[in-house]
Amino acid sequence: MPGADKETDLTERIEAFLADLKRGGSGTGPLRGSGEMARETTYLLRRITAQARWSSAGDLMEIIRNEGRRMTAAQPSETTVGNMVRRVLKIIREEYARSRGSSEETEQQESLHKLLTAGELSEETFREHFVHLKANVIEAINELLTELDGTTDNIAMQALEHIHSNEVIMTVGRSRTVEAFLKDAARKRKFHVIVAECAPFCQGHEMATGLSKVGIETTVIADAAIFAVMSRVNKVIIGTQTVLANGGLRAVNGTHSVALAARHHSTPLIICAPMFKLSPQVFTTCSLSLNDVNSCFPVLKILSKVNVHCPVFDYVPPELITLFISNIGGNAPSYIYRLMSELYHPEDHKL
Amino acid sequence: KKHQKKQKERKNEKGPSETEKDKTPVSLLPPPQPVATQKALPAPASAPIPVPASAPFHSSPAPSPADKPAKSKAELKAERRARQETDRAAKQPGSSSSGIKTKVPLSELNPVVKRLPEHVQVDDPAVVKRLAKKLERQQKGQNLGRNLERNQIPLRSDYGYKVSLFSHLHQYSRKAPLTQLLSIPSTVIHPSIVRLGLQYSQGIVAGSNARSVALLHAFKQVIRDYTTPPNEELSRDLVNKLKPYISFLNQCRPLSASMGNAIKYIKKEISNIPSQCKEEEAKTKLLTCIDRYIEEKIVLAAKAISKYAIEKISDGDVILVYGYSSLVNNILCEAFEKSRKFRVIVVDSRPRLEGREALRRLVQRGISCTYVLISALSYILPEVSKVFLGAHALLANGYVMSRVGTSQIALVARTYNVPVLVCCETYKFCERVQTDSFVSNELDDPDDLMVTRKGKTQLENWQDVSSLGLLNLVYDVTPPDFVDLVITDLGMIPCTSVPVVLRVKNLDQ
Repeated sequence: MPGADKETDLTERIEAFLADLKRGGSGTGPLRGSGEMARETTYLLRRITAQARWSSAGDLMEIIRNEGRRMTAAQPSETTVGNMVRRVLKIIREEYARSRGSSEETEQQESLHKLLTAGELSEETFREHFVHLKANVIEAINELLTELDGTTDNIAMQALEHIHSNEVIMTVGRSRTVEAFLKDAARKRKFHVIVAECAPFCQGHEMATGLSKVGIETTVIADAAIFAVMSRVNKVIIGTQTVLANGGLRAVNGTHSVALAARHHSTPLIICAPMFKLSPQVFTTCSLSLNDVNSCFPVLKILSKVNVHCPVFDYVPPELITLFISNIGGNAPSYIYRLMSELYHPEDHKL
Repeated sequence: KKHQKKQKERKNEKGPSETEKDKTPVSLLPPPQPVATQKALPAPASAPIPVPASAPFHSSPAPSPADKPAKSKAELKAERRARQETDRAAKQPGSSSSGIKTKVPLSELNPVVKRLPEHVQVDDPAVVKRLAKKLERQQKGQNLGRNLERNQIPLRSDYGYKVSLFSHLHQYSRKAPLTQLLSIPSTVIHPSIVRLGLQYSQGIVAGSNARSVALLHAFKQVIRDYTTPPNEELSRDLVNKLKPYISFLNQCRPLSASMGNAIKYIKKEISNIPSQCKEEEAKTKLLTCIDRYIEEKIVLAAKAISKYAIEKISDGDVILVYGYSSLVNNILCEAFEKSRKFRVIVVDSRPRLEGREALRRLVQRGISCTYVLISALSYILPEVSKVFLGAHALLANGYVMSRVGTSQIALVARTYNVPVLVCCETYKFCERVQTDSFVSNELDDPDDLMVTRKGKTQLENWQDVSSLGLLNLVYDVTPPDFVDLVITDLGMIPCTSVPVVLRVKNLDQ
């Protein structure tokens, strides 16, 4: 039966994706970078929409929610997976509402006005069956995919508005978005970049070689020297793993020290993050696995008698951040909560 | 008399090439009368003072330093008094300030003809040439007319691309130590000094206490092997003998503040030897002086600092230390022996990874430790109750010069409201002032930043890429508002009291 084949094929793909997720976290597995992961997730969700058996929007949302829960459980540190699942759920809700014919305003998030003027509680059960819902949802997901493809370019296009000539820019570790951002600005402007190497994995080295290949004056410094050189830095431009709902960051280890040093010298801190990194989750810490720790500190023979801490992420509070540059433009950290409400439905915040 | 002799020496060295009289640069070895503050009073009789009456002093508007030896202290005092009289006469109503001026001790207001040290003027080709000439002159002074095959005190050349912000500093490679350019056996430089220089440049002897003690021991050996040549005075000749050694060591690795103070002390002691003293007697006297210096300033000071610091450690404390500071390690071990219950978090940073040595020693004693890299600082700080930091030098404006990364730790600790205590012996106090880590610093071998992970070295060919530079700083300065307390052998003082201690110390001497 073709339906059964499709189903087994689908489950196979889902299992393969889950295995990939489990193997690689924080860019060390086969799925490199959060952009890749977001794309893969969305492809998979589109496939589920197309091939899974569902009759009403509610069924589809249940299926996607279940798969989403499994995917986030496979790799809790990757938040983009959960974000894409929530985006797709929101798409489904919107398409359902549009098919039903009700105006889009009723689907918006809670507002004070709505609270005061709401009559009876409208229980949305999403049980109605619409013929064109599947096609509409798939079309909307395709739009989402085009948006994902263009995020890096959209961010890089804004580079010239923020970088002037003869600036000294500091960045931390490796971020593809920031690399594209700086390379785009380097086409027209001459400036100097200082890269903090970000031990223990020293991804900053890769970033520095990439930047220097296009002719940007780059300097690699050790993490310890960040405060020492900060007085000569004009801007700090960094990427992040996740943008939290309060405007704070969950970024690579060491970013909080950079943010504090920047605040001390009144240097603006600019975050280049695409919208798919925005997540309604709370900050959770995450540490390196034992294998990674052993590879980072190989010579320490007394490791058994000593506690070694190797956190992967840092929390940066929103007060230390000056600006977010995303594919939809620049925003202050105080506005992030509003952007998030446009992307996700409040009931989907907890999968 | 000492002042005059020093001036004469400097005059001999500089020769006719000294032209800049208006500059007030910092000298390597300021004369015994220090300037604790940067008072804007001009040198006695240097700048023209708008005095209507005929001044009793006979100075030209901008005398060369060569004029200075001509005036004695008494003359300078008389000139100042006369100038103040005329000042008082000039501004008749209400100038009680000039009355106060006469009460101020001469030492504080006597400005020094300062000279910028060579190692922060690398980008000036004239200065580099001058250094090369000085090295030649120093070795010529030792071997009169002998034919030298190779450079006895070679000039070390810089390595690799230097970041533009630091083009005024040296950057040496560890793979090319200075001793490769020396001829063995070296006739100008004592072998223990050669060994010491190699140990410095390879990083075998590191840490300011260790370096100072090694230097003093090497000098003791030099003094033991020294014989006064005929028709020479020990006090003057020995100092001249030490000069090429110091230049050599400076080339191997720039001198630390503690080493500078130790050298100043030795030179003073040597110059103080009376000329009628017999050679053996003089040598034993010098050796005991050096031993006493080490005992007082380093060993006993460490004990005193431990005593004060242990008062600050209470049971249940979580103490954070950074890198390897011999003094802080000492304090922690002693506190542990006095059965205080605490645990230690050792913060470490690339590329030196000195924290591992500290960790090893603490674990050997049985202290429970945690180890993190400096990027994990925000993660670990909420657990910490106190931060103990060591210092390389304490500057006269209250800034703490220490291993790079210390200022970051102090900053983040201040954000989390954790007290920061700096432990430093008084012999490391320095009259220099600095506000940032750029002007006077040390650049270590840039190749140290390279790392091989999974068989791949990202920065392997960094020399080939013209726009890529590696920066390996050694020191940074911490502003005094990040530091809560400085524990010295004189007691527990705030950071801003450093110039007071310097003045007290110099008045004692």
